[in-house]
Amino acid sequence: MPDAKVIPMCSGGSDIPGGDEAGRRRSASSTAVGDDERSTAGQDGVLSDEAVAEALAFVRRRVLGDYGVDEFGFDPDLTDHVFLPMLRPLYRSWFRVEATGLHHVPSESGALIVANHSGTLPWDALMTTVALRDHHAVGRYLRMLGADLVFQLPMVGTLARKTGQTLACNPDAERLLGGGDLVGVWPEGFKGIGKPFSDRYKLQRFGRGGFVAAAMRTGSPIVPCSIVGAEEIYPKLADVQPLARLLGLPYFPVTPFFPHLGPLGTVPLPTKWYIEFGEPIDTTSYSRGAEHDPMLIFNLSDQVRETIQQTLYRLLAQRRSVFFG
Amino acid sequence: MPNVVLVTGVGRFLGGYLASRLAVDPGIDRVLGVDTVAPPRDLLRRMGRAEFVRADIRNPLIAKIITSAKVDTVVHTSMSSQGATARADMKEMNVIGTMQLLAACQQSSWIRKIVVKSTSAVYGVSPRDPAIFTEDMEPKELPSSGYAKDAVEIEEYVRGFARRRPDVDITTLRFTDLVGPRIDDMITRYFGLPVIPTVLGYDARLQMLHSEDALTVLERSVVDDVPGVFNVGGDGILMLSQAIRRAGRVSVPVPGLAVSSLKSALGGMQNYALPSGWMQFLNFGRVVDTTKMRKRFDFEPRWTTRQAFDDFVNGRGLRPWLSHEQVTSVEHGVNDAVARIHRGRNNA
Repeated sequence: MPDAKVIPMCSGGSDIPGGDEAGRRRSASSTAVGDDERSTAGQDGVLSDEAVAEALAFVRRRVLGDYGVDEFGFDPDLTDHVFLPMLRPLYRSWFRVEATGLHHVPSESGALIVANHSGTLPWDALMTTVALRDHHAVGRYLRMLGADLVFQLPMVGTLARKTGQTLACNPDAERLLGGGDLVGVWPEGFKGIGKPFSDRYKLQRFGRGGFVAAAMRTGSPIVPCSIVGAEEIYPKLADVQPLARLLGLPYFPVTPFFPHLGPLGTVPLPTKWYIEFGEPIDTTSYSRGAEHDPMLIFNLSDQVRETIQQTLYRLLAQRRSVFFG
Repeated sequence: MPNVVLVTGVGRFLGGYLASRLAVDPGIDRVLGVDTVAPPRDLLRRMGRAEFVRADIRNPLIAKIITSAKVDTVVHTSMSSQGATARADMKEMNVIGTMQLLAACQQSSWIRKIVVKSTSAVYGVSPRDPAIFTEDMEPKELPSSGYAKDAVEIEEYVRGFARRRPDVDITTLRFTDLVGPRIDDMITRYFGLPVIPTVLGYDARLQMLHSEDALTVLERSVVDDVPGVFNVGGDGILMLSQAIRRAGRVSVPVPGLAVSSLKSALGGMQNYALPSGWMQFLNFGRVVDTTKMRKRFDFEPRWTTRQAFDDFVNGRGLRPWLSHEQVTSVEHGVNDAVARIHRGRNNA
């Protein structure tokens, strides 16, 4: 770790408050980050003029309330300048995520990203967000659909809205997809993220397939996304149900390090991650009203599930070590 | 085109200014304004040929006015959210008043159209709500108190009336929070507080409607025929925290549990009384879809939420703690200082 690490505030020359999607494209991001680091290194760890100016401009926008927020409460300015920079070190150095198949994610239109869920805490969702914003050709924001619980919690619910997440319900999903946004769903829900370590990489049931209906109604492609590595970050050995019920949580995990090591036990293990985006599944070829056919919904939902499961098996077969890939 | 229009609630901004707008329309024969209190003098002058009738809509006398003047259009704007009056009086005025008014309308054979001012608060507030409400959505949790509950009951009576008198066109307008330089309502009072209490860990999404846009929509529903239920609100949203910053105010986040005691403390102060349900609203806020209004009224609000709010802040002369210029000059100052330090290093 260098003494003063620059947190990249902004990609090259963006002066748009609230940074609308069309205005700032992430393609510049990797180079901009590099530039920042280089200019810093050249000045003995002192921030460059530009970095200071950008940081100040950001602070000014925040103090004066001069930034844009969409109707879901998504705040791109905050996401790009505070939230994503906090996640990037984890993405790069801790989990060393390798994202592949990003060309399967459309650049302009809406699409539904469906992924497997694991890891007790939703780090998989956060890392997928970073992958799409930083490494997709045009740097797309992922708008995820979250459980009720997320939006009931103080702080967490607010943060979720500000970073672009919304409640998992069909009106919201269809509105986002119809508006050309990239929507992320984790259809296994709590069954997936809270499953015991012994069940790792076994996909759970895929809810009621509401996500398929939303994609069909808006004619958006479904992109299956398989994530390897997240299962081992907190090996959940047991579940203290009485405590979970007391706290109003879906599960209370016991891992080799939690809860007996306290806060230290919440540090995720540095596993090596792979995120693979698969070939999009077209939903436009069905006749009108097909989304009302439950059999079709179940079949399509199964097809997505099977694709993700098979990809997981393939990625696991290639992996030689949990921590070194 | 209506001949005789009766407007309730002319003692307050919306009703009074609507009556004055209708009064200058030569196509309308007569404009009657009803309220329990007379409009302020300047507003009364503005109302021109509109006639003010001091009457209580809770009194059956209103039926006589409606039949004897051959009123064919009733605009009900008196639904109030003001916390200054006691809750029981407000409920009585809102709910019983509406019942009496509708009963009077049902009696009259002249009635052709009713326009009701409602509020988007009928959708309730809950974390399980979809992000954006369309007119056909039902609330996840029915508002249990305050003016939101009144509004739900009023809409219920209006639907009942529509069943009994299918020949009458009914336009129900669900306004988002009204702001404007001359609006005195709970949201404008709230932002007028010296320091603004918010709920710790929550940030509401606010959608606002400029009072002039609200008047235009009301006027259009009187003059044109646009029956139905409509969400009416400005484009875009402001987060509560953002709005407080734009107004240059200081917020004090209060833990959720302490909110009720704080509210009762504030309730003791007449001017700052906040209606119940308001703090719950501060947790999540509410956003509505206005596509239907745009299409059927063929109308685009002139003010976005942000512009409407800024207009309110400027018009009200709210003095920010830190002005735009101060913040910008600090920014320039630091920028220059950093540049000077760097130059100094490079020279050395």
